[in-house]
Amino acid sequence: MSDEAVNLGRRHLLTLLTTVAGGIGVVAVAVPFLSSLKPSARAQALGAPIEVDVSKIEPGQRITVEWRGKPIYIVRRTPEALAALPGLATRLRDPESQASEQPQYAHNVHRSLVPEIFVVVGVCTHLGCAPLFRPEVGAADLGADWPGGFFCPCHGSRFDMAGRVFAGVPAPLNLAVPPYRFVGDSTLVIGDDTGVGA
Amino acid sequence: MSNGDSGVLHRVTDALGGLRDWVDARFPLLKTWKEHASEYYSPKNFNFWYYFGALSLVVLVIQILSGIFLTMNYKPAAADAFASVEYIMRDVDWGWLIRYMHSTGASAFFIVVYLHMFRGLMYGSYRQPRELLWLIGMLIYLALMAEAFMGYLLPWGQMSYWGAQVIVSLFGAIPFIGDALAEWIRGDYYISDITLNRFFALHVIAIPLLLVLLVFLHIVALHKVGSNNPDGIEIKARKGADGKPLDGIPFHPYYTVKDLVGVVVFAAAFAAVLFFEPTVNGLFLEHANFEPADPLKTPEHIAPVWYFTPFYAVLRAVPSKTGGVTLMGLAILALFVLPWLDRSPVRSIRYKGWISRVALALFAVSFVALGYLGLKPPSTTYVWLARMFTMIYFAFFALMPFYTRWDRPRPVPERVRFHD
Repeated sequence: MSDEAVNLGRRHLLTLLTTVAGGIGVVAVAVPFLSSLKPSARAQALGAPIEVDVSKIEPGQRITVEWRGKPIYIVRRTPEALAALPGLATRLRDPESQASEQPQYAHNVHRSLVPEIFVVVGVCTHLGCAPLFRPEVGAADLGADWPGGFFCPCHGSRFDMAGRVFAGVPAPLNLAVPPYRFVGDSTLVIGDDTGVGA
Repeated sequence: MSNGDSGVLHRVTDALGGLRDWVDARFPLLKTWKEHASEYYSPKNFNFWYYFGALSLVVLVIQILSGIFLTMNYKPAAADAFASVEYIMRDVDWGWLIRYMHSTGASAFFIVVYLHMFRGLMYGSYRQPRELLWLIGMLIYLALMAEAFMGYLLPWGQMSYWGAQVIVSLFGAIPFIGDALAEWIRGDYYISDITLNRFFALHVIAIPLLLVLLVFLHIVALHKVGSNNPDGIEIKARKGADGKPLDGIPFHPYYTVKDLVGVVVFAAAFAAVLFFEPTVNGLFLEHANFEPADPLKTPEHIAPVWYFTPFYAVLRAVPSKTGGVTLMGLAILALFVLPWLDRSPVRSIRYKGWISRVALALFAVSFVALGYLGLKPPSTTYVWLARMFTMIYFAFFALMPFYTRWDRPRPVPERVRFHD
């Protein structure tokens, strides 16, 4: 054996093949471990729709409900607040909600199915804090030109009464609108929009 | 009678010597002891700043020890976590002591590590041939940040919850894969029981193991190249007739004893915080964290614990999500490349010229200032101040290749100052 000349080419090929085979094995073993960290079947199943009675919300008032672990804000907007929305376009980053997340039926100027009832995910698109509801027009701490809306206490992002983000703040997108539909006049189903026309 | 006593003593020492020889024939006991302690030569001019390496090791031990005992009563579930911490604080004998030891230890860890890193900056300890030593140290710092961040979620208070929400969302800023990555880290669509459970696993097993491994590698790398010193000169360059560095002294007993004095002083300060002011008025343990987590309500004012606030201030200084996250990442990464930015012919700040001295002073001031601003609400004035200090922070690194070359260093002595 020692008499034979060493076949270096074959030795390198065998080393390479062994390394590749071992590498494939390592990757294959990593897959189940890394996949186990994804949301489990139970976590996925817990996203069932919820029903909310909106008849008791006064104009200008906001209620908060929990859906998929996130705060959902439901606001009954006043006619004044709705009337102010179109005039804000120049101060907003995405006034037409082109880049933002909302169902087709809420892709309009008031970002909702019915103008006065506004349903929005209360999670700031910057880093996930829950923005505060600040409806007071011209609030002292937010400046005289504050038209009322949502203010994120974490990093100072500002949104109008349709959850549209102002320019010059850290949040990149408008607040997301979840899928929802009405059952009768006063009950809202959040997380399900079957049968709602686009 | 005294004869009989010394006879017993002889037999005991003989037996111990025999045991040592038995082990030494099977394990490199004496060799390791000599190479890394009794015949490991350290520069004789170490000053106050050289305590913090040893102190980091002491805090690591405190954290592991107190952590083990905390896990015996803590429950890593969203429904039980907050109550189990209160249980430890109120019903477990000495539980409050162990818990405050762990929370004070977290802040103490960053205090000694920041001072240890500043020592490296001052005396050029990251310079050739200690680049790898510096890089391993930086990895320890990263692991420490991950460890602290995950540990802070465990009490499941308001600040735990929203802090985790913000920091995990940082990953969402990465283009294309961001949202999926954040979801994969959380294991859910929001910070939930699942997230808490996995952060617990990482906090008590995975990252501590990694930390211990990295600390071991840090010391191995240190002992390969030897310690730098306040004069920034190589003691190995001048050896005596016996082949030992003229300016070196054996680590043991000289520095083991010196470090012991440092440990005593440190322990006194640590105990003072632990017994008299463990929350340091919201600095070590934030007030909002004494309220259980509420996923529907963000606290009015949210800030991370003090040791993350310099980077948090950088994040807030940028009016763009991707921009802020990128700059914050760069603020940490810049430290990694430090060994290749410094072009000065000398290592230590003692012999560098005035530009380098001013630059280091401005850097230290801006780091502390950013840390202060990160604790404050994001008012317009504070945001502009944060922008200014962020510029200084980055200028320190970006301009370093230039000012270290233009600077006029002073002559470096052949031997360490105050030798013999």
